[in-house]
Amino acid sequence: MNETKEAVGQADQFEQAEVIQVVATPQSTARVHREHRTTIGECRVDNPRMRCTDVNVFYDDKQAINNVSLDIGENEIIAMIGPSGCGKSTFLRCLNRMNDTIDGCRVIGEILMGEENINDPRIDVVPLRASVGMVFQKPNPFPKSIWENVAFGPKIHGLYDHKSELEEIIVTSLQRAGLWDEVKDRLDQPGTGLSGGQQQRLCIARTIAVEPEVILMDEPCSALDPISTAKVEELMMELEEQFSICIVTHSMQQAARVSRRTAYFHLGDLIEVGETEQIFRNPQHQLTEDYITGRFG
Amino acid sequence: MQGSTLVITLLALATLAYYAGRSRAFAVAQGKLRNLHSLPIYYGLYTAIWCAAPGLLIAAVWLMLEPTLITKMVLGGLPDNIRQLDKSRLTLVLNDIRNLVHGHAPSADADPALLKAAEHYKSLTATSHAILTIVVLSIAAALGWLALTRIKPHQRARNTVETLLVAFLKICSSIAIVTTIGIVLSVLFESIRFFEAVPVTDFLFGLKWSPQTAIRADQVGSSGAFGMVPVMAGTLLITFIAMLVAVPVGLLSAIYLSEYASPKFRAAAKPLLEILAGVPTVVYGFFAALTVAPFIRDAGQALGLDVASESALAAGLVMGIMIIPFVSSLSDDVINAVPQAMRDGAYALGATQSETIRKVIFPSALPGIIAGVLLAVSRAIGETMIVVMAAGLAANLTANPLEAVTTVTVQIVTLLTGDQEFDSPKTLAAFALGLVLFIITLILNVIALHVVRKYREQYE
Ligand SMILES: Nc1ncnc2c1ncn2[C@@H]1O[C@H](COP(=O)(O)OP(=O)(O)O)[C@@H](O)[C@H]1O
Ligand SMILES: [Mg+2]
Repeated sequence: MNETKEAVGQADQFEQAEVIQVVATPQSTARVHREHRTTIGECRVDNPRMRCTDVNVFYDDKQAINNVSLDIGENEIIAMIGPSGCGKSTFLRCLNRMNDTIDGCRVIGEILMGEENINDPRIDVVPLRASVGMVFQKPNPFPKSIWENVAFGPKIHGLYDHKSELEEIIVTSLQRAGLWDEVKDRLDQPGTGLSGGQQQRLCIARTIAVEPEVILMDEPCSALDPISTAKVEELMMELEEQFSICIVTHSMQQAARVSRRTAYFHLGDLIEVGETEQIFRNPQHQLTEDYITGRFG
Repeated sequence: MQGSTLVITLLALATLAYYAGRSRAFAVAQGKLRNLHSLPIYYGLYTAIWCAAPGLLIAAVWLMLEPTLITKMVLGGLPDNIRQLDKSRLTLVLNDIRNLVHGHAPSADADPALLKAAEHYKSLTATSHAILTIVVLSIAAALGWLALTRIKPHQRARNTVETLLVAFLKICSSIAIVTTIGIVLSVLFESIRFFEAVPVTDFLFGLKWSPQTAIRADQVGSSGAFGMVPVMAGTLLITFIAMLVAVPVGLLSAIYLSEYASPKFRAAAKPLLEILAGVPTVVYGFFAALTVAPFIRDAGQALGLDVASESALAAGLVMGIMIIPFVSSLSDDVINAVPQAMRDGAYALGATQSETIRKVIFPSALPGIIAGVLLAVSRAIGETMIVVMAAGLAANLTANPLEAVTTVTVQIVTLLTGDQEFDSPKTLAAFALGLVLFIITLILNVIALHVVRKYREQYE
């Protein structure tokens, strides 16, 4: 039991007492053996925003994702956890077709958004990416002014008719990203001049400026200090009211703090998915348990 | 002994010293390497350096000063009537003597006084060389011996050798700097001499360039006018045409190659661009003169235009083609230096590929591209061979690309090739032109490098 505590503490310096309670199970509760590799738990939800069915991803001949089926619910935060290289980012990139930009990457399977299979090659990715936005691990504001960074999306998608509308979009996006008070006096200065945490919130503002339905976040806090991380997490929980958020994170504490559901990936398989509390308190699969108790990962 | 024989002897001595030092180190260590501060080879090197370096230094300085001193002494020995001659005549006499010494001139019909002086010169040189040989070899032997006897187990030979090596490397790296300074100074001094004859303002702002001055008083016509404006204007016109070709083609091909082209196409196109960059400029030159210029003239005639056979257009076009690979590879570098994260950010917002390029990649890469273009401009301005072959000689002040113009580099070449006297304004003007050229390209390069550095910092 002690060992478990320590291991989780090491896994993330951002230790919180509440989380340790979640994982401090007296006895193993896992009921599914390590070798078993089909998804445990309910991968479907009512009224999903996105519904993935049997998604497989290949990099050239190497398979990175095996038969993953998963729903992204409405207004929920779903966390994807798992050891590095297990395919979390790859899966995330399927959801807005960012895998198209990688040479040799093939995605097979059905990803429904409404009635539409967005994995159909005939689909136009421009509106898709407007409705499924993405925030990256390393903050990547464009080397332009803060204003231009946020205006980028609305401009390329023609989301306004008058300059005043654009201004409103920019102000509300920055406000929703919790950045407005910090930058309102220097909107004309380069976005690259902000601190790391501010840059990441600028990237979030840039993403919500095009009014997406889903926001994908690939380890959005791993380049940030604890205080900026806390701010981004707070922001995510506010955004949950309007958007669905898929967050990849290597911090189990973060997953436990912010997400409603959690999906555990292992070597390209979706091992287990369920309510976050249940996953952390009562994992069903041996691999999930090993990972969240810090026995490997 | 000849200089080269002396150096070889010295090096042989140093090799000897090296082995002596090494075995001496073994000896003082009583066969146990652990007793030594440094490895034996360092003791060997230490001895060798002491043996050879001071001798080489002395020989270098000696041989540098020798001609001046000997000339002075020979002059002193000349009969009074020759010594009283004015400076330029005296230089001629000295040249005659040197020719006699080196056997370039037949000695039979020479002035006996000069013959005597030549003999004097020869004997002085022989004595000097003999003294030098003795001095250098004895110093080498003495210092080598001294170093050898001073080898002790605790002596820090390694540290000494390392320090000396660093000093040697420093000297090597300063050679480039010193040479540059030397070239600049020589150009500067010759230019100052030129500006003594022709006022700076006349040179910089004069609108007429015709450097053929009258050599004899009875020659007619050529009065000599050294206004560089038409020449500079020609250079700028041709450079401008070249940039009109090179910048769009180079830049767009870089964008295509780095953003759109399949790896296969890139693998084929890049080497081809490099071949284009490797074509000697003289080949571009005759391509311009023999193919492009007649083609443009014929095309112009077909359109009813009057095109000079050495039009600025032909030279500019070909120069532009020459510079395409330069612009393309520099732009390619800066475009590739734009982090993938920028592209990802734009794609994830739903930008298309061309939007990403126009709105994110190009603006991010712009400072670097500007720097590349500035470097290309400075290359075009300094380019010589193409314009020598394809541009004209007449200094027309015109903005019409169909007329013949001349450039700074062409004028420098024509002023300095062939038999020239190196003290007339006509030849000195070449140095002044060179100075202007140097200053312009220097400024362009400094700006470009500064921009590139700033640009690097942005993504460090
Ligand atoms: N661009 C790529 N080309 C080839 N293989 C890749 C590429 N990106 C990821 N992979 C492979 O796919 C697997 C999953 O990677 P990834 O999705 O980045 O994992 P995670 O985000 O969970 O750490 C890894 O084995 C990785 O080596
Ligand atoms: Mg990843």
